[in-house]
Amino acid sequence: MAEIDSHRNASVRGARLAVIAAPILVFIIFALSWHALVVLFKIPAVILPKPLDVLTSMWTQRWELLRASWVTLQAALLGLAASALIGSVIAVLFSQSRWIRTAFYPYVIFLQTVPIVAIAPLLMIWSGPGLRAVVLVSCIISIFPIISNVTSGLLSIDQNHLDLFRMQEASRWQTLVKLRIPSAIPGLVLGLRVSCGLAVIGAIVGELFVASSGAYDGLGMVMMAKQANLKIADLMGTILASTCLGILLFVAVQFLGSVVLRRWTKDAGFEST
Amino acid sequence: MLDGLNLEVPQGQIISLLGPSGCGKSTLLRVVAGLTPAKHGTVSIHGEDVSQARSRLAFVFQEAALLPWRTVWQNVRLPFEIRNQKSRKTIESALKHCLEIVGFQPNDWHKKPSQLSGGMKMRASIARALITDPEILLLDEPFAALDDMLRSRLNDLLLRIVAESQRTMLFVTHNIGEAVYLSQSIAIMSRGRIAELVEVPFTYPRSSELRSAPEFAAFYGRVSEALYRSER
Repeated sequence: MAEIDSHRNASVRGARLAVIAAPILVFIIFALSWHALVVLFKIPAVILPKPLDVLTSMWTQRWELLRASWVTLQAALLGLAASALIGSVIAVLFSQSRWIRTAFYPYVIFLQTVPIVAIAPLLMIWSGPGLRAVVLVSCIISIFPIISNVTSGLLSIDQNHLDLFRMQEASRWQTLVKLRIPSAIPGLVLGLRVSCGLAVIGAIVGELFVASSGAYDGLGMVMMAKQANLKIADLMGTILASTCLGILLFVAVQFLGSVVLRRWTKDAGFEST
Repeated sequence: MLDGLNLEVPQGQIISLLGPSGCGKSTLLRVVAGLTPAKHGTVSIHGEDVSQARSRLAFVFQEAALLPWRTVWQNVRLPFEIRNQKSRKTIESALKHCLEIVGFQPNDWHKKPSQLSGGMKMRASIARALITDPEILLLDEPFAALDDMLRSRLNDLLLRIVAESQRTMLFVTHNIGEAVYLSQSIAIMSRGRIAELVEVPFTYPRSSELRSAPEFAAFYGRVSEALYRSER
C-alpha cells in the first residue's frame, strides 16, 4: 500500500513538474529557433533583433517598463473592476425580465463584436485622453464574459431550490438576494478569469490612443515611442513586458478565483474547473 | 395528466401515493403544494383554498435541495429568514429542537452540505421542513436515492415525528415496503387517477420488527397485486 502511495506521489510530482517544465522547454526551443533564424538569414536588428538583445533591452529599460506596467496594471484593474460591477448589475437586470434580456442582449453582443480600435478615438474625444478613457476601453473589452457568465449563473437555478422559495412565498427580492446571486458567484469568478486578460489588452489598446496626447505613460505609450524611434528590440521588450503583465494578472485572478471557488463552490458541491 | 382524481386526507394521517414512474403521483403532490396549478378542480385545507394556506405546508424534495453555500444551521434557518421571523431566541430554540429531532449532533450543525452523507442531507432537509411547524408535510420520494438501511432508519424517524406532532403527511413513493410501513392508507395511482385506496391494517406505533412479520409480507403481496392490477 505504501509502495502504491509513493508511486502515486511520484507521478503527481512528475505531473506538476511537467506543468512548469513543458512551457519553459517550448520557450527555450522557440528562442533558439528565433536566434538561429536571425543568424542564418542575417536579418538586420532593425527588422528582427536576437532574443538575447530583446532580453538585454528589457533589463536596460527595466525601471521604465516597471513604471509603465504599474500604470497599465492600475488601468486594467480599474477596467476589470468596472466591468465586474457594471456587468454584474446588467446581468441582474437581465435575470429579472425576459423582455429586458431579449431587448438588450443584441447590444451586449455589439460590445463583444465592435472593433474597439475603431471606436477608441471616439471614446478619447468623449471622455478626454487620460486614465478615464483607458479604463473605459478596458471595461468595454472585458465586460462581455462577465455579463454572459453571471447571467447564466443567475438563471440556471435548480428547480427544487426555486420551488423551495416558492413554498416559503419568498418575494422576488428575497429569491434574488438569497438564491440567485449566491448561485451566480461561480459564474462571476469564471467570467473574471476570462476577462482579466482582456482587461490588460483593453488598457494597452486605450493607451495607444492616449499616448499621442502625452497625458499618460503606460505600456501603450512606451510602445508608441519605441516604434516611432525604430527601437525594435526595445519595442519587442515592451511587448514581452505587456504579455508578462497579462499573464501575471491572469495567474493572480486564477489563484484568487480558485480560493473563492474552493470556499464557495467545491465546499458547495460544484466543480471548480 | 391528472384526471377525475378525488382524495381526502384526514388530519394526522400518513397517506402514501404509490405507483410507477410517470403515473402522476409527484404531479399530484405539486398540485397539492400549489407549485403546479390545476386546470380544473380545487385543493383545500380545512375548507380553505391551498393558495391561502401555503404557510401550513412544507415540502420535502427528492433531492435534499439544500443551498450548497449555506451550513446546515443556515439552511434550516432559511424559512425563518424568508418569513422575516425576527426573534432570535425563538429561531435558535426552534432550530436546535428540529436538528435534535432529526438526529443532528451539534458539531455537524455548521457543516456545509458537501461535507454530509446522503442520509444527513435528507435529515437536514426534513429539519428545514419542520422548522415552521407545518400542519401538513408533503414528501416527494425523499429516500429514493438512499440505501435500504438508511431508508428504513429515516422511515422510523418520520414515524417518530408524526407520533410526536400529529402532523398530516402525504408521502410519494414507488417503494411498496415503505408505503406499507409508513402509512395508514395507500393511494395506488395509475395513469393520472387513484386506482385504489388501500387501508393498512397495522396499528401505531410501528417498529422495524414489523417488516419481518409474516402479516407484513402478506399485506405487501396484496398491495403489490393491487399495483399490478391497476396497470392492466
